[in-house]
Amino acid sequence: MAKYLIKRVLTALFTLLVIATITFFLLRAIPGGPFTREKPLPDAIIRALNEKYNLDEPLFIQYLSYIKGLLTFDLGPSYRILGYTVNDIIISGFPTSALIGGIASLLIVVIGIPLGIVSALKQNSPVDYMVMFMATLGVTVPNFIIATLIIYIFSTQLGWLPSNGISNPLGYIGPVIALMGYSLSFVSRLTRSSMLEVLRQDYVRTARANGISERKVIFKHALKNALIPVITYVGPMVAAILTGSFVVEKIFAIPGIGRYFVQGVTNRDYTVIMGMTVLYSAFYIFMILLVDLAYSWIDPRIRLEGGAR
Amino acid sequence: MKKKVLEVKGVKTSFFTHLGEVQGVRGIDFELNEGEILGIVGESGSGKSVTSLSIMNLVDHPGEIKEGQILFHQEDGKIIDFTSLSNRKMNEFRGNEIAMIFQDPMTSLNPVYSIQNQMIEVIQRHTDLNKEEAIERAKSLLEQVGIPDPDSQITDYPHQFSGGMRQRALIATAISCNPRLLIADEPTTALDVTIQAQILELLKKLQDEINMSIILITHDLGVIAEVSTHVIVMYGGMIMEKGTVNDVFYNPKHPYTVGLHSSIPKSTKKEKERLVPIEGSPPDLMDPPQGCPFSPRCPHAMQVCLEDAAPLFEVSDTQKVSCWLLHEDAPKPDEIFKGAK
Repeated sequence: MAKYLIKRVLTALFTLLVIATITFFLLRAIPGGPFTREKPLPDAIIRALNEKYNLDEPLFIQYLSYIKGLLTFDLGPSYRILGYTVNDIIISGFPTSALIGGIASLLIVVIGIPLGIVSALKQNSPVDYMVMFMATLGVTVPNFIIATLIIYIFSTQLGWLPSNGISNPLGYIGPVIALMGYSLSFVSRLTRSSMLEVLRQDYVRTARANGISERKVIFKHALKNALIPVITYVGPMVAAILTGSFVVEKIFAIPGIGRYFVQGVTNRDYTVIMGMTVLYSAFYIFMILLVDLAYSWIDPRIRLEGGAR
Repeated sequence: MKKKVLEVKGVKTSFFTHLGEVQGVRGIDFELNEGEILGIVGESGSGKSVTSLSIMNLVDHPGEIKEGQILFHQEDGKIIDFTSLSNRKMNEFRGNEIAMIFQDPMTSLNPVYSIQNQMIEVIQRHTDLNKEEAIERAKSLLEQVGIPDPDSQITDYPHQFSGGMRQRALIATAISCNPRLLIADEPTTALDVTIQAQILELLKKLQDEINMSIILITHDLGVIAEVSTHVIVMYGGMIMEKGTVNDVFYNPKHPYTVGLHSSIPKSTKKEKERLVPIEGSPPDLMDPPQGCPFSPRCPHAMQVCLEDAAPLFEVSDTQKVSCWLLHEDAPKPDEIFKGAK
């Protein structure tokens, strides 16, 4: 197990390096740079700025010094948000995004899976149709529409929720719901179809033929098998939700990190884009590792070292 | 007088699909005594599996037992009608007094739980044994069904077992509470021939050891001949012929049974002799023939066969046949039955 984990962590670090490298050179291949303006700056100023941020050095040297920084968790200065390093930006925005994302992820799992189970057990009943109707809406309606509707109904019309900011704890409700919409629907659909599939399996019939109570058949025999595809989806989903959403954070005026990614791209703020990419990738890789660990815990056929015990 | 274990009376089971009612079982009657091994034989769609699921009261939605009684005689003589029990009440019998094993051992064990976990779950469900005692019981059961090293293998997961071993583990689980009746639904179909013989041998041995009755569902006449004491031949959801093994194998009276016999290869036959298939195809159970279900394929069908299903004519004390040819007014074409000898 320890050997496996070390191997996985080393692979993860290598993957991150590859991602950082590709992103670095791709960014530099895009026309324009951090100091390109609609009304061009004088050459002398651009030269001075390039010199200040070492952007005048050969590309490969810049790459090496960036990677060196990365190894010491120094993501470099932002070229456009003056006086801030990328580390500062992440420290200021990430906790907010992660808190909202964390609540959303938790609720998705806690609500989505039971909804899926209920509609599988009550297949083709009004409850099932209701859940699946909501789920279809959740998947098809984009989050900015959900967000706008929440603001219109609950803030503007009813005045129950603040329309922006999170200074009031009620302010979390809107963004959390808007973030949840798609994944909640997806998780409940996935749980439902997976559960229906598993309930048709021979071993469920065996359990019933052995007089196992219906509750145990569902929650012991069927659910554990049915959760495998759900976990596959939930892992990367958590990474995506925790690292913030530009649209939702923008609409609710939340100081998360979602907006920096988008701003970074439009501004060619190289270090910010790099920092966000590396952060997101690291999260994603970590969640996939967790998913793999969860697999081996659930399904004895999956052995981490490879091969049978 | 032998003690009865099971009486099936006029059972009809249908599946109410979107396309219409599929009549899986269309009124069957039989009984089973202690210590008997009853083989139910028939081709795909003849209703044999639905019969077994009906007895277990395990017919899945949209199927349902429409009519009839399934009377289970307990050891102390009490008679219980399974069709009148709630699922919860029925669960106290399943795996306990009446158990079942299925066709495909590869998929009949839950892949994410160990053999031990799945066995003691059933044992503890129906007994008061604590965990340690249940594990001991499970180990001795595994030994009884011929798993070589139960102490180490009981903690294995199903994927570490071969098909034959899985079927043994499933049998061990099924007999864990000494059932009065074991239903084996094509227990050897998915296994290769040598394992098949071992499993049948095992069932016979266990039947003797714990004095249970067995209903063996199969489409393989060879399997029936090897282990059964009694046979029911089903076709189109109805019983065509029933009797002892000797009756049905050496003195078949129903043209369908005769047809079955001529369609299986025999080692004693002369080299160039051809197998005789039964022409036509099985009836559509959504719209079954009005009369005898076999009449459209029967070489001896008469007008009456197309109009009414035949009652069970008694050929001897043990043998009953549902065929109008046995009616006293029917012609006696002796040559029909010659081929089966």
